[in-house]
Amino acid sequence: MVDKQIDSKDEETLQNEDESRSLQIKFLFFARARDLTGMTEMPLEVSYGSTAGDCLNKVISRFPRLEEIRGCMLLARNEEYTPESTTVKDGDELAIIPPISGG
Amino acid sequence: MDSNGAEASRIREEIESLKANKRNIEQQISALEAQLNQLEVKQVEEGEVNSNALCTSPLSNGDLGNSNGLSPDMIYRYSRHLLLPSFGVQGQANLLKSSVLVIGAGGLGSPALLYLAACGVGRIGIVDHDVVELNNLQRQIIHTEAYIGKSKVESAAAACRSINSSTQIVEHKEAFRTSNALEIVSKYDVVVDATDNAPSRYMINDCCVVLGKPLISGAALGLEGQLTVYNYNGGPCYRCLFPTPPPTNACQRCADSGVLGVVPGVIGCLQALEAIKVASLVGEPLSGRMLLLDALSGRIRIVKIRGRSLQCEACGEHPVLTRQTFPDFDYEIFTQTPLSTGPLKLTLLSQDARISSKEYNERVVTKGEAHVLVDVRPAHHYKIVSLPNSINIPLSTLEGRLSEIAAALENEADKETLDSGSGASLYMICRRGNDSQRAVQLLHKAGFTSAKDIIGGLESWAHNVDPKFPTY
Repeated sequence: MVDKQIDSKDEETLQNEDESRSLQIKFLFFARARDLTGMTEMPLEVSYGSTAGDCLNKVISRFPRLEEIRGCMLLARNEEYTPESTTVKDGDELAIIPPISGG
Repeated sequence: MDSNGAEASRIREEIESLKANKRNIEQQISALEAQLNQLEVKQVEEGEVNSNALCTSPLSNGDLGNSNGLSPDMIYRYSRHLLLPSFGVQGQANLLKSSVLVIGAGGLGSPALLYLAACGVGRIGIVDHDVVELNNLQRQIIHTEAYIGKSKVESAAAACRSINSSTQIVEHKEAFRTSNALEIVSKYDVVVDATDNAPSRYMINDCCVVLGKPLISGAALGLEGQLTVYNYNGGPCYRCLFPTPPPTNACQRCADSGVLGVVPGVIGCLQALEAIKVASLVGEPLSGRMLLLDALSGRIRIVKIRGRSLQCEACGEHPVLTRQTFPDFDYEIFTQTPLSTGPLKLTLLSQDARISSKEYNERVVTKGEAHVLVDVRPAHHYKIVSLPNSINIPLSTLEGRLSEIAAALENEADKETLDSGSGASLYMICRRGNDSQRAVQLLHKAGFTSAKDIIGGLESWAHNVDPKFPTY
């Protein structure tokens, strides 16, 4: 237990020292976001310390039509609702989930 | 020949009239059976069991040989529920005392209603103002061909009664609006949102919040579905998640985008499941979580969603929406979307840039005018049906394919010796006449100033020129 905690602390310090390091994350698209991007998912490389909001901006700059749903969607990180201010970690999965109205 | 034809049509009329009578009688029987059952339930509750009355109906509650309040018929009917240790007599008894309102008897409402009727909910309300159409039957499995052209509520109520005559079915054959919402919803314990448009979803949410009713919300489009329980036990409501409505072009309808029938089927079944859990007080409802169904990849994800928002205009600390303000809230303005699900009818062009389908028929088919007809629908729509001699250039690709139009016009002008020398005409067509106007606007800007659109598109063609032309 104690060893593990020290390990993770070391890792964190290491990451903080290397701010040029980039992270690999994955974006998942649902509903309208799939129509607008033509994809169900895509990998994205972001710089260390990026927030979920930064990642979202990056993906919108790649697919400007996503701007349309920015005001009405759920943003989830690893299957949990996330505020845009959360810092992402390597391997995180971000999901853009606009509501569906059909029935 | 004539007399045979007359005879056949007389027989057909008689069959139709007898069928109508039969339906009417069946409805009366189920209504009476339900009424009888209600009376007997009351008697059971009040402990006034009259054994004489009970002998007359084979589906009656019978004599209560035990203290759990369930008649022999009920014990037999719901035995598989009673055998479930986690559901049991208590779960069933709770269900029998509960009432569920299903708003929308379409793709989601159909399976939800069938299961709710079968499982023994005490009272089920159905709201819808639509009639059954042939193109509903691919997914709205509660309706049958015999009900085409008839009220969806009547059709769904008859199906529910034929499954379970001991459940009381209440028909609300009206559009769900702010004017009647509070009155209808206040009579039920649980609400199932099985509607198909954004303004209704906000309206139902707000109504449930001001009346404190749990809301089982399901949605389906294409090959995807979503499900969650709102306003349950301090959990979030629809507005907590989506305080700003979606832009109008993001708000798609099954009638435009299509839907695989079984997708709303799955979500509707899950809505019934959540409604049963909430009504029977069994299990852990899907509150604070959203289920996402991805039918194409065969994946179901459950995403944890945000908690209640203190700033929420419906359920927050200082709500704008209250019992008093709700009836005056304009959901059509709020969402920029009409409540009725009829198709959008745009008027983007002046009259001289448009022609009717009849006029097109006259000019082109009758007088043989030299022309190019561009069908701007997506390619998969074009494959369903198209007009002869049209070329398919989807609106989304039009800007990059203007040279094809120029070439087609030249080609057409060469074929004919044009007396006026004004070149071939250029017409745009689509399904309903919205995208064709957008296409003409684009073409006018690109210098194709003579381009016109065919008003009302292929639907108008089918309606006004060729009744045999398929619609979809």
